[in-house]
Amino acid sequence: MIDSLFLINHSGDIFLEKHWKSVISRSVCDYFFEAKEKAVDPENVAPVLQTPHHYLISIYRDKIFFLSAIQTEVPPLFVIEFLHRVGDTFLDYFGECSETVIKDNVVIVYELLEEMLDNGFPLATESNVLKEMIKPPNILRSVVNTLTGGSNVGNTLPTGQLSNVPWRRAGVKYTNNEAYFDVIEEIDAILDKSGTTVFAEIQGVIEACVRLTGMPDLTLSFMNPRLLDDVSFHPCVRFKRWESERVLSFIPPDGNFTLMSYQVSSQNLVAIPVYVKQNISFLEAGSCGRLDITIGPKQTMGKTVEGLMVTVHMPKAVLTVNLTATQGTHTYDLATKVLVWDIGKLNPQKLPNLRGSLSMQPGAPKPEENPSLNIDLKIQQLAISGLKVSRLDMYGEKYKPFKGVKYLTKAGKFQVRT
Amino acid sequence: MDRGFPSLRSEAAGAVRTMLASAESLQLTLKPELSQEEQALTHTNGKPKETHKAGNEDLKEMLESNKESLKLEAMKRVVGLISKGKNASELFPAVVKNVASKNIELKKLVYVYLVRYAEEQQDLALLSISTFQRALKDPNQFIRASALRVLSSIRVPIIVPIMMLAIKEAATDLSPYVRKTSAHAIQKLYSLDPDQKEQLIEVIEKLLKDKSTLVAGSVVVAFEEVCPDRIDLIHKNYRKLCNLLVDVEEWGQVVIISMLTRYARTQFTSPWKEDAVFDENNEKTFYDSDSEEKKGPTEAKPYMMDPDHRLLLRNTKPLLQSRNTAVVMSVAQLYWHLAPKHEVSVVTKSLVRLLRSHREVQYIVLQNIATMSIQRKGMFEPYMKSFYVRSTDPTHIKTLKLEILTNLANEANISTILREFQTYVKSQDKAFAAATIQAIGRCATNISEVTDTCLNGLVLLLSNRDETVVAESVVVIKKLLQTQPTQHSEIIKHMAKLFDNITVPMARASILWLMGEYCDRVPKIAPDVLRKMAKIFTTEEDIVKLQTVNLAAKLYLTNSKQTKLLTQYILNLGKYDQNYDIRDRTRFIRQLIVPSEKSGALNKYARRILLAPKPAPVLESAFKDRDRFQLGTLSHSLNVKASGYQELSDWPAVAPDPSVRNVEVIEPVKEWAPSLGKAKQPKSDAKFYSDDEEKEEEGSERSTSSEDDSSSSSSSNSDSGSEEESSEESEKTSSGSGGSSSGSEKSSSDAESEQRQKKKTKKRTRKPAASDSDSDENGNADQASSSATESSSESESDSGSDSPAPQKKAEANTQPKMAVKSKKEVSLLDLDDFSPVVTNAPKPSVISSSLLSDLEGLSLSNVSSAVQVTSPSFGPVKTYELLHHMTGKGLAAKYHFPRQPCLYQPSMVSVQVILTNNSDHALEEIHIGERSPASLNVHCFNTIERLEPGASVTVSMGVDFSDSTQAANFQLCTKEDQFGVSIQPAVGELLMPFTMTEADFSREQRNLQGMNETSATVTMATANTPRQAISKQVLSVANVGAVSSSQDNMLRFSGRTVSSKALLLVSLDLKDSSAVLLTINTEKTVMASMLLRDLTRALAQA
Repeated sequence: MIDSLFLINHSGDIFLEKHWKSVISRSVCDYFFEAKEKAVDPENVAPVLQTPHHYLISIYRDKIFFLSAIQTEVPPLFVIEFLHRVGDTFLDYFGECSETVIKDNVVIVYELLEEMLDNGFPLATESNVLKEMIKPPNILRSVVNTLTGGSNVGNTLPTGQLSNVPWRRAGVKYTNNEAYFDVIEEIDAILDKSGTTVFAEIQGVIEACVRLTGMPDLTLSFMNPRLLDDVSFHPCVRFKRWESERVLSFIPPDGNFTLMSYQVSSQNLVAIPVYVKQNISFLEAGSCGRLDITIGPKQTMGKTVEGLMVTVHMPKAVLTVNLTATQGTHTYDLATKVLVWDIGKLNPQKLPNLRGSLSMQPGAPKPEENPSLNIDLKIQQLAISGLKVSRLDMYGEKYKPFKGVKYLTKAGKFQVRT
Repeated sequence: MDRGFPSLRSEAAGAVRTMLASAESLQLTLKPELSQEEQALTHTNGKPKETHKAGNEDLKEMLESNKESLKLEAMKRVVGLISKGKNASELFPAVVKNVASKNIELKKLVYVYLVRYAEEQQDLALLSISTFQRALKDPNQFIRASALRVLSSIRVPIIVPIMMLAIKEAATDLSPYVRKTSAHAIQKLYSLDPDQKEQLIEVIEKLLKDKSTLVAGSVVVAFEEVCPDRIDLIHKNYRKLCNLLVDVEEWGQVVIISMLTRYARTQFTSPWKEDAVFDENNEKTFYDSDSEEKKGPTEAKPYMMDPDHRLLLRNTKPLLQSRNTAVVMSVAQLYWHLAPKHEVSVVTKSLVRLLRSHREVQYIVLQNIATMSIQRKGMFEPYMKSFYVRSTDPTHIKTLKLEILTNLANEANISTILREFQTYVKSQDKAFAAATIQAIGRCATNISEVTDTCLNGLVLLLSNRDETVVAESVVVIKKLLQTQPTQHSEIIKHMAKLFDNITVPMARASILWLMGEYCDRVPKIAPDVLRKMAKIFTTEEDIVKLQTVNLAAKLYLTNSKQTKLLTQYILNLGKYDQNYDIRDRTRFIRQLIVPSEKSGALNKYARRILLAPKPAPVLESAFKDRDRFQLGTLSHSLNVKASGYQELSDWPAVAPDPSVRNVEVIEPVKEWAPSLGKAKQPKSDAKFYSDDEEKEEEGSERSTSSEDDSSSSSSSNSDSGSEEESSEESEKTSSGSGGSSSGSEKSSSDAESEQRQKKKTKKRTRKPAASDSDSDENGNADQASSSATESSSESESDSGSDSPAPQKKAEANTQPKMAVKSKKEVSLLDLDDFSPVVTNAPKPSVISSSLLSDLEGLSLSNVSSAVQVTSPSFGPVKTYELLHHMTGKGLAAKYHFPRQPCLYQPSMVSVQVILTNNSDHALEEIHIGERSPASLNVHCFNTIERLEPGASVTVSMGVDFSDSTQAANFQLCTKEDQFGVSIQPAVGELLMPFTMTEADFSREQRNLQGMNETSATVTMATANTPRQAISKQVLSVANVGAVSSSQDNMLRFSGRTVSSKALLLVSLDLKDSSAVLLTINTEKTVMASMLLRDLTRALAQA
């Protein structure tokens, strides 16, 4: 399946290679570099490429290309999903997934890759299992290891891999038993010039942080499960129970994980929390333009909108901006032509406004299209769809855990066309 | 400075080493300080080394030191080198010495190195082999597995035989983890030496039978790699794979699903075509009553989905909710390729969900949706808005979304889509804007209502400032005009005006072509354009030159007066062009149009050739032909056949024999009809919806024996053919009816959790489960039932069916034993056999729980299939003494009747004898000697060569009692002694259950009246005994089968005598709370009275 993996940084250096079958020369990456040249933007590189002897499947995340070389037919999603799982594992182990961190921990990275694939087929991808085999680095342990000559490879062999609950390791112990759930919803929307909604939907995830002793069996139920239209679950969730009773019943993995993700049924109208009044115009004759943006609250369910931010990808011809904001700060990156206006909290009494002039490259034609605005925002303690967790019960263990549910609404891909 | 380092380093290291040695000899615990010093040294010295030679020398020294931490440090740096792709092969000898290190991390790093360089240093690599061979025998399963992993990864051809041996051994390992590793090793060995194929296939065949979910995925990968064409290996495992699928790890699911897709396409008939016919006919009959006669000949028999086909679809559906996008995609493609058309749409929502995932995932999913949306617009139309483009999407995502939107366009939504397109045309991403224009062109040709609107819109775009947009518009307009050229001379004129401003060659060429093609509509403009072209001909691109030549030729034919000179001028220019295409074209055109002596004939047709009406181009999706590839594959994504791609075959016209998928059953059982299992099945209310109809279909098709179809589903399929059907159905119930015995995640994890609970409370590792099963066997049914109900969700389905749960449990204990005896390869499971295995295992706590749960699923699924085939006899077995150990000089023998049909002869009653050696010396040659009466027909067990002290063995034998309770006397012999023993059968044991319907029962009962009827009224000990308890009593006395009863106060049982096959009917009339009228109808009156006596006694005690 997956023959080799190359990690390539932004500037095109291969800084790590790993082979699971016969060694494939790194010159195979030249085809990829060619495609990368052509695509200009790293995001535009096609994920699947064909070379005379190999197929290259790559992902781009955290400024790193994960490039896998393959020799025979394999579902491309299989590889892509796996590569992302590798990235997730790095993130889980080292707190970030960057070139420096991978280079600093190259031995652990190598040990991980060795365990994750055997002959190109995934062997252990469950983070709990991996953590039992290869301990994540931390400062204390590395000091201890230096002193004692110990290692970060576990002597105990993973039990999880063999059990029916591979995602949970045996013998978990905590003094404080706690289970927290964050219901996070994102609004994906496209608004047109006049402010009417072209497209809007709500997607949510439930992120869990569970630190419970032993083998707890949890049941999470909702007040209004009918809202959920399409769901996907962590493998721990018993699908049959969901189908019949609409409750989430599961033995949780230890630590942080995504319990489920869902989509709210499309019949429900999506509440759009803010409205945007904007006027961007480029003058035909003079080499300048005007910009005027005002944001106000729309349907916020009585909560405050926080972390409001507007990002505008200006046309190439815009040289500089001369703007004043009544609230927050704005920056314009001359190289990438991105205007960012960081507003912060939205005050309904005094609406934030950004206005001023744009100076254009002299002689350049008037841009065809006005740039669209990307809005970012947060609303604490609110799930915009109205989804509510009704209760969490624990079976199988005697103690009483601390439980908590937090709600958060965010803007996902929230775009205003102008 | 740099050069100073090594010497300094080695000095320091040497000093440290001597210190260390002395410290160790003194047994001082100076270790921490020392290593700290060392660390400091290695750090300061090791880090700045970029010059390889020095670095490697240095590493070699560290590796050869006798200090673990130094070695480890060195190995870490070596791995660092490998990861950067630098050559570290010269260190091989130094590294390979450490392969047997005790330090696990060091060992693992050495493995990494070994796998990387063994191929280059084959001789040296052989040094390490013995270490692995030793490790393959390690009691720890993980060490065995990792040894096999590394051994098989060393790509050295000499060790192929060793690998082969290791794989074969590992394939039968107790640990599923090791078996999984062996499946991986198969592929490695195959790629190293393809000649081993045949042997490897044998191993694969063995591993395919494995019931562990851990193994399933890996062995299918091996199968796909080594022998994807050996579809016959899958038959027997098909249902098992379907049922296990939910519990297999996610990566395994992907490969299994894609393999099963391929399998299903070869084994089942198409659900598509006939389906349509079927529906149509339905409609016809609905509206038009006399189509009845018409229908007969035209209609082939209505399509019926193979239950196995349905099983696959049903068991994959929950996986659409997987978090793994590859799994969702593979289920989607399975539905696309296998499901009836109207069911495919269940995957839509999940596919749309995947669009929220990573960019790369979106790319692949959109490609697949694009292919699907060409054939099935309706599937994605409701989700059209999910394909709206955002300005932040990367270009390849944008174009794919555009493609899908275009595919989805129809009369109803075209206005919405066009409005959306208007936004896209203005996009700053010009490549995308150009793609949008093409999309508009496609919409215009596909939907005639909007052609004019689109054309006008495109013409407006001609005044766009952007070059590429204009050019693309021109090209698209050209194509559109071709479809309806009559009324659009205005547009052509407009384009002619634009001609000077357009610089993109393709666009210029398109305009020239339009001029030439429709020169009769713009007779004034065309020659003028040609004139302009003549001036700048030499500076144009090739494609423009070609079109100029074309234009000139066409004008020459239509308007030679004005253009003759111009044409000749252009042809002359073309004649000396640098490009040979243009020179060729020029020469050809000249011969064609300019009349000369030589080219007389062709010249006449010049006009017809050049001005022939041309078919309008069809604007097609780029994904039009992609459906030749299986969706979700690499080949589909690239639109090229990738190496190793397995073609998806077309549906067979006639399905191959479906019975090949039946799991093996014991041969003699065939003629012996299933009774209770079949009878109870229709009663269970927890049925899966589709079972019903399928069964009915099947039932009606096959209703050969039953006369009254009123209860056709429960009708006795007593003909021999029914066995296969019923086993199919049993599997269906086991998987479908909510219980999903082996499959569902829920039940298994429930079982798991419960087991852990038990472990906790009782502080015993394996005991709880074992004791449970033991108690079942002793007939402690109550406990069994309580444990069964709480144990898992299985109880949901069980409670639905009439027969009590403990009965099933008990069967689980009794029946597999039999099966093991009869057929060794079928790895049916015997819990009794199993327990010693577990105690032998190295890590009981881990293995037992997991193995047990694996096996639990297994035993359940086995039972469910066995229930149909063999007797559903009642569990608690009475054991009788055959030989006491005092009289037997240490040899003790007990026997019981397992109530199985006898394997040896159908007229025999099977008896199981447990021989135990209670003496202090081994007994040899235990066998059966003389028997009396001499005519007694006994099938003896094979001579037992040796029985160790304390050991016991279970053997089965068959005795033909000829329907009499006369004891069978025979001699049990050892090497030294002979003991006369006798088996006295209870009358109830001389029967076999016989399945029949209630109607059949009453009919037979009427036939057996008068002399053949014996009856008595029994007063029960306790009043109001529940029906279950009564039937339990009856079943414990006699080996009969229950007959489903519609009356509440009647209990009916039926059976046949084993030898003469005479029918025996037992009916109980529950008159009031404590009295029962017991009636027995049979020709064998003697047996009837004896049975009556036994039953009366049993019921009176109840």
